[in-house]
Amino acid sequence: MNEPTDTLTRNKMSARGVSVFYGDKPAVRDVSIEVSAEHVTAFIGPSGCGKSTFLRAFNRMNDTIAGARVEGRIELDGEDIYASGMDVVQLRARVGMVFQKPNPFPKSIYENVAYGPRIHGLAAGKAELDGIVEGSLRRAGLWEEVKDRLQESGTALSGGQQQRLCIARAIAVDPEVILMDEPASALDPIATAKIEELIHELRGRYAIVIVTHNMQQAARVSQRTAFFHLGELVEYGETSEIFTNPRVQRTKDYITGRYG
Amino acid sequence: MQESGGHTLKAFDEDIGQLRALICEMGGLAEHAISEAMRALMQRDVEGARAVVEADARLDALEAEAEAGVVRLIALRAPMADDLRDAVAALKIAAVVERIGDYAKNIAKRVSLLEGRGRIEPLSMLPEMARIAAEMVHNVLDAFVERDAAKAREVCERDRALDDFYNSIFRALLTFMMENPQNITEAAHLLFVARNLERIGDHATNIAEMVVYAATGERMGERQKGLDPEAGR
Repeated sequence: MNEPTDTLTRNKMSARGVSVFYGDKPAVRDVSIEVSAEHVTAFIGPSGCGKSTFLRAFNRMNDTIAGARVEGRIELDGEDIYASGMDVVQLRARVGMVFQKPNPFPKSIYENVAYGPRIHGLAAGKAELDGIVEGSLRRAGLWEEVKDRLQESGTALSGGQQQRLCIARAIAVDPEVILMDEPASALDPIATAKIEELIHELRGRYAIVIVTHNMQQAARVSQRTAFFHLGELVEYGETSEIFTNPRVQRTKDYITGRYG
Repeated sequence: MQESGGHTLKAFDEDIGQLRALICEMGGLAEHAISEAMRALMQRDVEGARAVVEADARLDALEAEAEAGVVRLIALRAPMADDLRDAVAALKIAAVVERIGDYAKNIAKRVSLLEGRGRIEPLSMLPEMARIAAEMVHNVLDAFVERDAAKAREVCERDRALDDFYNSIFRALLTFMMENPQNITEAAHLLFVARNLERIGDHATNIAEMVVYAATGERMGERQKGLDPEAGR
């Protein structure tokens, strides 16, 4: 398997020999990968290949699924996130997540964003909280569209706006890593383009890992791409290499539309 | 690289198949133009030479068609990996084959200019040179269609023979010109013919590089390409 060759990047998270089981059945098998702090990393692969399961292992989302078990080691800045002393709530603040379907709380736009900083005690007072809300909405590219209706319900926004609201919510707690699981697959092309532009803007400030079925999207937004198949990491490399000259036949068959 | 199965989307395979057929047809026309131009030159067949010049329009039209086909393929199918390299190679190869056609046309155009002039000996070396050039074009397009990098590399090897021919014809023609200034017009034309054939070989080599890249994703090293006969002189 070829690894990305550039050495100038800093690794933010790394998985070492990670397997994820649902009951006895392995969904992810012995995967090792480094996630760069500066780059957007895309996980691609056919349905059921384990990419989303693997992504969820990065902030222990699988803990909430009965019968799910993770083996191996996942590190955040060298620290084992499955260590017994790890505060999972704290971990998920550092490693945020955006899901396929926008899932704003049934509260106001303001409250959707303010909720995280408030429970994590990140704001000393109302003014500071207002600042965090505005800053997060700005970075999520939503501020201009919602600044005059912050007290309206988050669920009243369009699908694309809701997804950007969820991204604003994720960045409000100042995470280090943002995991995105099919963040644009329920959106129309314009809303998708806005999410992709947002990913581009957020790159560098946060380590971003995105799972996508849309290979063009992976090609557009990521600098590194990992191809998963049948629970295995088949190939991981520079996105431009993976899409122009993949080394492994299985990768090639998948990205050229010959799979299955 | 081994050929895998067809695309899940069958129309994609058909589009790529059509594109290859188009490039193949262009290659056939260019190859024919080279040998016809040379036959016309040897037999001083002005009519035959004119036919070669006129047939070149067809190559130009096919190039435009191939270009449109590649643009459409990229726009509608979003080809990836070897498909993408194939599409880009097809686009570049079409342009190069069209250029090869132009060289053949240029040879044909000289036939009427040589009418009524004497024949000088170096002429006899040209048909063999043209045969090699046409064969290179033929083989390199076969290599493209078969995605055969090894076959493409063989074409590059042959370019050296063409360069050797060019160098000896160059020297022979120079000698003839020095011996008798009466020979200069014919010798100059033949020098251009030899130069055209040598350029055709270079273009076939360029196509070979594209075929290697399309088939393997690797770029050929400078050493493999064959040296420019005039470099270093």
